[in-house]
Formats: sequence, structure tokens, C-alpha cells
Amino acid sequence: MTTRIYVPRDAAALSVGANAVAESFRREAEARGLSVEIVRNGSRGMFWLEPLVEVETAQGRVGYGPVAARDVPALLDAGMLEGGAHALSLGVIEQLDWMKRQQRLTFARIGVIDPLSLSDYCARDGLKGLKKALTLTREDVVDQVLKSGLRGRGGAGFPAGIKWKTVQGATADRKYVVCNADEGDSGTFADRMVFEGDPFMLIEGMAIAAYAVGATKGFIYLRSEYPHAADVMGQAIRLAEQAGFIGPDAFGRGKAFDLELRIGAGAYICGEETSLLESLEGKRALVRAKPPLPALSGLFGKPTLINNVLTLAAIPYILAEGAQAYADYGMGRSRGTLPVQLGGNVAHGGLIELAFGISLREVIEGFGGGTASGRPIRAVQVGGPLGAYLTERELDLPMDYETLAANHAMLGHGGIVVFDDSVDMAKMARFAFHFCAKESCGKCTPCRIGAVRGEETIDKIIAGRNVEANLALVRDLCDVMTAGSLCAHGGLTPMPVMSAIERFPEDFVPAERKTAAE
Amino acid sequence: MTVHVAWDESLARELIDERTGLEGAMLPILHALQERFGYVDSRAVAIVAQALNVSRAEVFGTISFYHDFKRQPPMGGTIKLCRAEACQARGAEDLVEHLEHEHGVEIDGGYQNGVKVETAYCLGNCALGPNALHDGEIYGKLDPQSLDELFALVARKAGARQ
Repeated sequence: MTTRIYVPRDAAALSVGANAVAESFRREAEARGLSVEIVRNGSRGMFWLEPLVEVETAQGRVGYGPVAARDVPALLDAGMLEGGAHALSLGVIEQLDWMKRQQRLTFARIGVIDPLSLSDYCARDGLKGLKKALTLTREDVVDQVLKSGLRGRGGAGFPAGIKWKTVQGATADRKYVVCNADEGDSGTFADRMVFEGDPFMLIEGMAIAAYAVGATKGFIYLRSEYPHAADVMGQAIRLAEQAGFIGPDAFGRGKAFDLELRIGAGAYICGEETSLLESLEGKRALVRAKPPLPALSGLFGKPTLINNVLTLAAIPYILAEGAQAYADYGMGRSRGTLPVQLGGNVAHGGLIELAFGISLREVIEGFGGGTASGRPIRAVQVGGPLGAYLTERELDLPMDYETLAANHAMLGHGGIVVFDDSVDMAKMARFAFHFCAKESCGKCTPCRIGAVRGEETIDKIIAGRNVEANLALVRDLCDVMTAGSLCAHGGLTPMPVMSAIERFPEDFVPAERKTAAE
Repeated sequence: MTVHVAWDESLARELIDERTGLEGAMLPILHALQERFGYVDSRAVAIVAQALNVSRAEVFGTISFYHDFKRQPPMGGTIKLCRAEACQARGAEDLVEHLEHEHGVEIDGGYQNGVKVETAYCLGNCALGPNALHDGEIYGKLDPQSLDELFALVARKAGARQ
């Protein structure tokens, strides 16, 4: 009998040697005459256990991790093919507390299936949503999305159904669906995991979107920093074309939906939707003024539905199980689940999909187990490089769009970065300006000039020169950037800066600190 | 391992012609040129402009906007070291200092022993940082020792190519 061994192909697992582990299993099994099939799955999202190897046994999928290539002979000696005990044994993966406490809707298949096996995909509800959608009218599909309460997962949290309705209602000879996979925020990796762990889900979500709004062409814009994601998605698109669920007869004879994967070129600003559209058109990625909305005049001036990976990836579930099933999760106006990405200085970092409303503390301490360094948590940045820094005392805030906004913070794409007490918040504020300057598209003055001046002014504060006056200057500058920038890049850079100044004022009084140190 | 070839106009035209039919063909063309030659030669600008019926200024403007497109042939290998917040929280800046002191490498500067180190902002492996990307492979949980090994590997590859 052939035993199935799962060795992840997710970039997180590859970064700590998963390919060498897979190769070691292949060689050892051959030398011992064992009949094994090595499946390269996505990641379960327990990154501290990567490479996490699983074996299919009678009691379920038994996990071992973190496995190094040199551990393989001992693991096989311990009878891992039958789920045998070993120091690295984790037990049945589905029974682990970390997995059981989650509500995995979007990530239900990720880490479980072979990402490039359509039969695996279909055996676990794959294509159910698309098939359902094609039995409905286009209006009814949009209605399902509206009723689900799904909001854009890219960061802005705009109701997805309203965007869809706008594109559907626009008349044009050609419409587009664009997937924003320019996941540039530090501390986020959920999009990448979807690409590497369940690419057909995203393709299915885009096909449903195209059907609903009447688009014939789709583009996926993926950042160039994700070569492994590009590789898997490229193969998945070809397989989907062969299977016919995208291509010239996707929605019935002659009703085409073509899908193309495009790779970015290292510009953070392309995560901003209008800048992404400029980039797809082959131009410098300068942000466009809105209106006109991309929904009415987007790619090549045509009505364009542009959504984040996680928004589109949530669609198949909503169509398959119904809007209410999705809306039953969550709190307030934040419905459904959020794939939380926990990173930085944290002991157990990874992907945790949960209904909206769980507290940051529950995520960071309950799931994350505190810092990796073992030192106390001092600051937590939520929502990427444009998100606020929170103090340890604020961690009881629940994760939903409105609560965080009311506390001068934002949820963004759901990334959480943990810092221990060695962090210097003046340096982090300086970095926020530095990053803004380096990645600004340069179109509007508050962002282009403001970021540079901001960095210089923080430098003066760090050097202890006219600290009070310069802090006042930074505040003023932040007001201008918030109110006067064309897009969120310049408009939200003040969020990390001001949150650092207001919540960690002790790091901005360097005059005393400098003299004390000397 | 990526192998680049020297500038060849007919090869460049071939790469461009294969892609002019795409909607918004500029980025796919520039990527194809860079992948084959290791950079986008200034001689390609006029050819791309003509093929896409845009001005040379528009082509040059696009090349210069994106961090990925290089205008000089590579003189060795590149390590992209992540210096975004999550990797900073895990000690990325200590690695920057290590590179400066131990290898005399200035980040985003020139080549040292055939190795150039560039800043990257997020490689999407934020729970296992500090991270680096080299030649399409990702390296996680870097410390001074494993970074030295990566540096030596890239230097060796650069030496072998000459």
C-alpha cells in the first residue's frame, strides 16, 4: 500500500528547507523500498513548525515538525508512516488546539490538498460556488455578495456587493475583473498562501465575479517578490483552462472568460488600486484621482471590478453555502471571517482565520504564545506599514473595522506585527516616513515632499535638536499629509508616525536620554 | 540558476514581438528583456517605443519608475534582504550591520565580491524572518552565520560565471 506524505511547498516552509526534506524522504523511501507518494501541499499556517510533514494514517493526518532533512531516517525508523511516536510528533493535526479554535472558511483546504490537483479541489467543495452561480441570474449573484456583508479585504473595507453592483450596472463593450495580489504590507502573507495553497479557489472567485458583472477578461496582478506563488498560479491557470472553467466557453458556449497572470516590478504603491491599473496598462504607476471610480472607468477606461485576493477567495464559499452562512460569522458591520496574519517577534506566528471580533490579546498571547525573544511585548503594529502602533495595554481591543477605527487604528489586510521591549519607537516613526518616501509615486506634493521632510525632522528629534518645536512640526506635517494626499499611501503614513509619538512619548525625549547615555 | 546573455538586438526584437499583442504589453516586455539579459538595455527603449506606438520618454519613464528594472548589466548576484517592520522586529537591522562590518557591504550600494545586497520590503514570510530572496529562492530565519553562508554561495556563483 502506498502511504501519502505531505511536505509543504509554501514559501514559508521552503524558506526553512522543505525541498531538502522532501528530497530526503524520496531518497530514504527508495533506499528502504517503501512505497510512498510525496504530496507538496500548502501550509497549515503554523509557521514555527515548518517544515511540517504530515502522514496519512488510519487515525488521520499525523504531523511532525519542524523536520530537518537529517531527521528523516530517524522518523522512518520510529514508524512515522504508521503515525509512530517521535520527539517531533505533533499528533493528529486537525486535533491540535491551534487548528480547532479557528473558523476556517477561506483557508479550509489550504495545507490540506495538493494545490494543483483539480480532483482534490473538487472533492472538497471546489467549483460548487461557480456551478451554483451559473444557475442564478447575474443580479442574484450580486445580491448574495451584498447579503453576505463581505467587505473588501485589501484594507479599506468597502462593501464588496456595492462595488459589484456598480460594475454590473455600467454599460460598456468590455469589462474587466482585476485581482489585486500586490500584497506589499509587512506582516501579511495570506494572499501568498492562497496562491501557493489553493489557487483554484481564487480562479473560481474571479470567474464568479466575471459572470456577475459581465466581464470577459480577468487579470491577476501579483507582486514580483512572490516567485513561488507565481509559479503555482501560472500552472493552475493552465489547468483551469484545460478543464474549461475559464476560457472561451467558460459560462456556456461562446461566453468567454480569459484570465491572465501579470507580475509587478517591485513598487509598493501598486497595491493602491488605481496605481495598479496604471501599471497593468504599462505605465508608471502614478495614482489616479477619483472620481471616476474604477468601477465605471478603470482598466483601459472600461468598467473594472478590482478586488483583493481575500475578497475574491471568500466568494466561492458565499455562493456555495449561501450569504447567510457567511454573515453568521463576525460582529457589528464586520461580517464573516478574517484571515489574521501574525508575524514579527512572536513565538507561534502564522495564519489564523477567525470570525471578526476576537481580541488582539487572544490572537497574540492565546495563539501566538507571546514574543519569540521571551521579552515583554511593547508595541504591536496592526494593518501593515500604514497601520497604527498599539501599546500592550490596548490589546484587549476586538478586531473589527469600526472598533479599531474608533481607536485611531486600522485593521487593514489583517496583519499583526509584534515587537518586544527592545524596539525604539522613534526609529519606527522615522522608518514610516522613510518607507513612504521610498515608495511614493510622486504625484502629489504632501506625500512626495512630506515624507522626506518628515524623515529629516524625526532625525532632528532623535538627535535631540529643538525636540518640542520639531514634534509640533511633525504633527502639523501629518495633518497636511492626512488631509491633502491623493491616496492612502501619503494619507495614512501619519498613522504609524502619530501613534508612535502619542502612545510612546518616552521614546521622543532623546535630549535627556542622550545625556544620560553619555 | 538564472543565466543571462549579452545584448542582442535581434533576440530583443523577437522577445518584444512575441508580446506586442498583449493588452498593456509594456511590463511583460520589460520583464522578458530583463530576464534574458539581466537588465533593460538603453538600446531597447526605441525598439519598445516603436513596437507599442508610444514615445521613448514613456518607455524610459516606466523603466525608471519600478525598483525591479535595472539599466546596467549585472556584475554578479543579488541578495534581496527584507528590512520591513516584521523582519526588523526579528533583528533584520542587526544583519545589515553585520554585512557592513564583516563584508564591507553597503546595502543598496555596489558589488562586493560579486554580491550586491538590496533592500526588499516584505517577502511574505513574516513569522520566520529575517528573510532574504536570491535567484527565486527564499531564505528564512537568517542569522549572521546563515547569512554568511548565503553570501558565500552567491559570491561563489558570481566567481564561477566570470
